[in-house]
Amino acid sequence: MTKEDMNIVIVGHVDHGKSTLIGRLLADTESLPEGKLEQVKKTCQKNSKPFEYAFLLDALKDEQAQGITIDTARCFFKTQKRNYIIIDAPGHIEFLKNMITGAARAEAAILVIDAKEGVRENSKRHGYMLSMLGIKKIIVAVNKMDLVEYSRDIFENVVREYSLFLGELGVEPVMYIPISAFEGDNVAAKSIKMPWHYGMTVLEAMDFLPCEKKKTDKFFRMPVQDVYKFTKNGDDRRIVAGTVETGKIKKGDSVVFYPSGKKSIVKSIEAFPQKAIDGAEAGQATGFTLFEQIYIKRGEIMCIDGQQPPNVASRLYVNLFWLGKDAFCMDKKYSLKIGTQKVGAVLEKISSVMNSSDLSTEKKNFVACNEVAECVLRTDKPIAFDLVENMAETSRFVIVDNYEISGGGIILKTVDDKEKNVIDKVLLRNYKWEHSEISRENRAEQYSQKPVMMILTGEADGGKKAVAKALEKSLVLNGRFAYYLGIGSFLYGVDSDIKLQNNEEFNHDEHIRRFAEVANILMDAGLILIVTARMLTQRDLDLMRAISESNIEIVWVGDEVKTDLKADMVIDADTEKNVLMLKEYLKDKGYIFKF
Amino acid sequence: MEHLDILENKSIHIIREAYSCFENLCMLWSIGKDSTVLLWLARKAFFGHVPFPLVHIDTHYKIKEMISYRDRYALEWGLDMIYGENTAALQSKNTYPDGNASRIECCRQLKTEALKNTLSGEWTRYRINHATGKYEIDSNKEPYTGVIVGVRADEEGSRSKERYFSPRDKNNDWDVANQPPEFWNQYKTDFAKGTHVRIHPLLDWTELDIWEYIHRENIPVVSLYFNQGNGKRYRSLGCEPCTNCVESDAATVEDIVNELKTGKFSNIAERSGRAQDKEDGGGLETLRREGYM
Repeated sequence: MTKEDMNIVIVGHVDHGKSTLIGRLLADTESLPEGKLEQVKKTCQKNSKPFEYAFLLDALKDEQAQGITIDTARCFFKTQKRNYIIIDAPGHIEFLKNMITGAARAEAAILVIDAKEGVRENSKRHGYMLSMLGIKKIIVAVNKMDLVEYSRDIFENVVREYSLFLGELGVEPVMYIPISAFEGDNVAAKSIKMPWHYGMTVLEAMDFLPCEKKKTDKFFRMPVQDVYKFTKNGDDRRIVAGTVETGKIKKGDSVVFYPSGKKSIVKSIEAFPQKAIDGAEAGQATGFTLFEQIYIKRGEIMCIDGQQPPNVASRLYVNLFWLGKDAFCMDKKYSLKIGTQKVGAVLEKISSVMNSSDLSTEKKNFVACNEVAECVLRTDKPIAFDLVENMAETSRFVIVDNYEISGGGIILKTVDDKEKNVIDKVLLRNYKWEHSEISRENRAEQYSQKPVMMILTGEADGGKKAVAKALEKSLVLNGRFAYYLGIGSFLYGVDSDIKLQNNEEFNHDEHIRRFAEVANILMDAGLILIVTARMLTQRDLDLMRAISESNIEIVWVGDEVKTDLKADMVIDADTEKNVLMLKEYLKDKGYIFKF
Repeated sequence: MEHLDILENKSIHIIREAYSCFENLCMLWSIGKDSTVLLWLARKAFFGHVPFPLVHIDTHYKIKEMISYRDRYALEWGLDMIYGENTAALQSKNTYPDGNASRIECCRQLKTEALKNTLSGEWTRYRINHATGKYEIDSNKEPYTGVIVGVRADEEGSRSKERYFSPRDKNNDWDVANQPPEFWNQYKTDFAKGTHVRIHPLLDWTELDIWEYIHRENIPVVSLYFNQGNGKRYRSLGCEPCTNCVESDAATVEDIVNELKTGKFSNIAERSGRAQDKEDGGGLETLRREGYM
C-alpha cells in the first residue's frame, strides 16, 4: 500500500514548547540525520548553553540567539502509515503572519498549551485562526506536565477552559493529550508517570487523524492560470491551463467559464511527454483544448455545465484577518486576489472588528494588524467565487496592499448589488453567444491591432469631440480599424423606447448598459472604438467594465477630473499634440502593433 | 493521488504562476539533479516548451562532464540557454584553492556575485545560438524580475524557512525575519522596481523524492552521480575543489534510490560533502542572506 501524505502544523502560545515537541518527536523516532543530535549538543556545550530539543528546529542564527521561533520551518517525518511534513509555527504575536503561512499549508494541527501557564492569548488566537483557515482536525497537547508533577487536576482544568473557548467557535478537537516534550512523556512513548491517562501518545494520535476527504467528490472548479499558445515547432494548440481545485472532468464535457459565463466543450486534455489523457481530477495541474474558440483570460474559473455554478458579484460580505503594518481602511484602493483572479477592491463597510484572543467585538472604521473583522468589500469588476459554506477552496481570497499580501479571508455571502441585474444579463449573453471560427487572436493578427475602447470624457464643450474625431481620422488614414461613437447618438435610436420614461436612474443605467453592449460587439469585431461621453462617473465606468470584455481606457479632457472617476490620463484640448500622444499611448499599451 | 504526483502537480502550479506573473522570468539550472528535475517539470508545465531562459552560473571550476551535459540538452531540448560568470575574479585568481581566497570567499565571488550581476544584467550574459551550437554575447541586458530556483527545504536549516515566492531587495538580500505571508496558493507576485522574487517550486521535495522521480520519469542526469568505476560517486554536485565523492557502488538510479531508502545514506545529510557549509557554522545562512541560492 502506498503511504498517505499529511501536513501537520504545530501552533500555540510563545514558549509553550512547540519546537521542543517536534525536536523530541524527530529524535525519539530516529528521524534525524546521523550526527545532527550530537552536533547540536556539542554546539550547546561549546556555548555553555543547556541542550534543548528546540535547537534542532530553530535553525536560524537569530532564533538560537533569542531562543524563539521567528519563522515557519518544515521538517520531514515518516511513520509506517504516512509521510508527514511537520510545520513549526511561531507563537509570538509579532509573527502571526508566519503562523498563518505555516498553518494554511496544513490539514491538521497540534495546538500546544503549557500546563503551568495555562491557556494564554495566543492559545486562543491560534485556535481561532485554525477555525478560520478551515482546519478542523486539531490535537491539543497539554505540555510541560513534568513541571506540574504530572497532575491530573491541572490537566483537566486546562481541558475544561480550552474546550469552552473552542466550543464558542464550534470547534471540537480530536483529543487532548497530557505530555512532557522535554522528558518525552506521551510523545512517541507512553508515559509511566501519568497512568491516569488512557489515551494515545502524540505519535499515535497523528496517525489516527483521518486523511482529508476527497476533493474529487465536489463540483468541478479550475481557476485558469493562463491560455498558452506556443508556436515553436509548428505547435498550434491553444491550451487553457490550470490546476484542478475540486472535482473531476473528462474529454467531451461541456464547460462554462466564470465570471464571463462563456461556454465550450473539452476537445482534449493535454499532457507531456505523453500525448493526451482522457480525464483529470482535483490536484492535477493540467491543460485543455476546446472546440469553440472562445476568448477567455487568466482569472476565470472553469466549471462543468449543469453543475452548481459559482457566484458572480462585485460586493462581498467577508470575514477577514489583517496582517499589514498599515491598517485596512475605507479610503484606499487595494487589490484582491482569489484563485487566479486579481481585481481592484475597496473596503466599503465594517460590520464588526474582533479581538481573536477573547472574541470581544467593537465598532471601528478600520482593521488594525492582527485583528479580525466582518466587512463588505467592493471589487472593480464582478468576480467568480463560492461561498465558504458551499466550497471553502474557492471562497478564499487575499488582499494586497502596496505590493504586500496584507490580509486574507473567506466569503460568507453576497450583498444586494445594483449591478446584479446587469451581471445576470451578461452571464446569459455569454452563455448563449454563438461563436465564429475566428478567434480573437486570429483577428488581432490580421488587423495588427487589439480591440479597445478609449473614452474621452469631461465637461460639456471641453473639446473632447474634436480630439476624438481627429484621433479616429489619424488612425483610419494610417490603415487602422477605428470608429468614433458619441454616447449621445444612442438616445434617439437605440434608446428611443426608454428616453422619455420618468425613472431617471433606471433610464441612465439602461442607457449605459445598452451602449456598453453595442460597444462590446464592435470591439469583438476587432475595432478600436473612440467614444465621447459627458461627465462620466465611476459607477458608469464600473457598469461598462462589467459588460465589456475588452479593455477600456479613460481620458479626461480638461484641467482636472470633475467627477469621482479614476482616469488613466488627463489632457487639455490641444488636438494636434494630443492625437500624437494618444497614438503613442495605444502603441505603448500594445493595442496597435506592426509599423 | 500518490506522493510524487502531489509534489509534481504543486510544483507545476508554482512554475505556471511564475510564468503568468513575471514578465522577465528565468530559471537557474545548476546542472545538478534538483534543477534538472525543475527543468523537466517546466517542460511538463508548458507541454514540451520552456518559455523562459535557463541561466547557469559557470564558475569554471565545475566538473567537465557538467558543461558537456548542459550543452547537449540545451541543443536537444531547444532551450534558451544563458550563462554568466565573474570574469574579474577568475582573471585575478580571487579563487580557491589555486588563488588566495577562502572557500567562502570563493563561493561569494564566483557564485553569489556572478549570480547577482548576471541576473541584474550588469555583467555580460552569454546565450546559446542554436544554429552554431556556440555561445554568443547576449544583447538583452534587462534585469530578471522573477528567478526560479531548485532549492529544497530539507537541504539545510535556512532553506527550511523559505517561501515558495521569496522577495529579494535591491542588493539581492534576503530579509529572513520579515518574510511575506503565503497561504491558499496566493504568492507574492507584486514587487517594487529594482527588487526581484525568487521562486522555489521544489521546496517540499526531499532528496529521495528527487531520485524516485528521476527514476519514474526516466530523466537523464549527469553520469557523475553514479559509481565512476572506482567505488566512488558524487552525491551532490558543485565545484571540483569543494565537492567530495562518497564511497558508493550505486551505478543506476535504482541503486541510488535503494541506497537512500535503506542503505548507508538513509541517515546522512546530503550536503555533508560540501565543504563551504562547515566554514559557515554548519549552515549556509550567511551566504544565503547575501543572495546565494
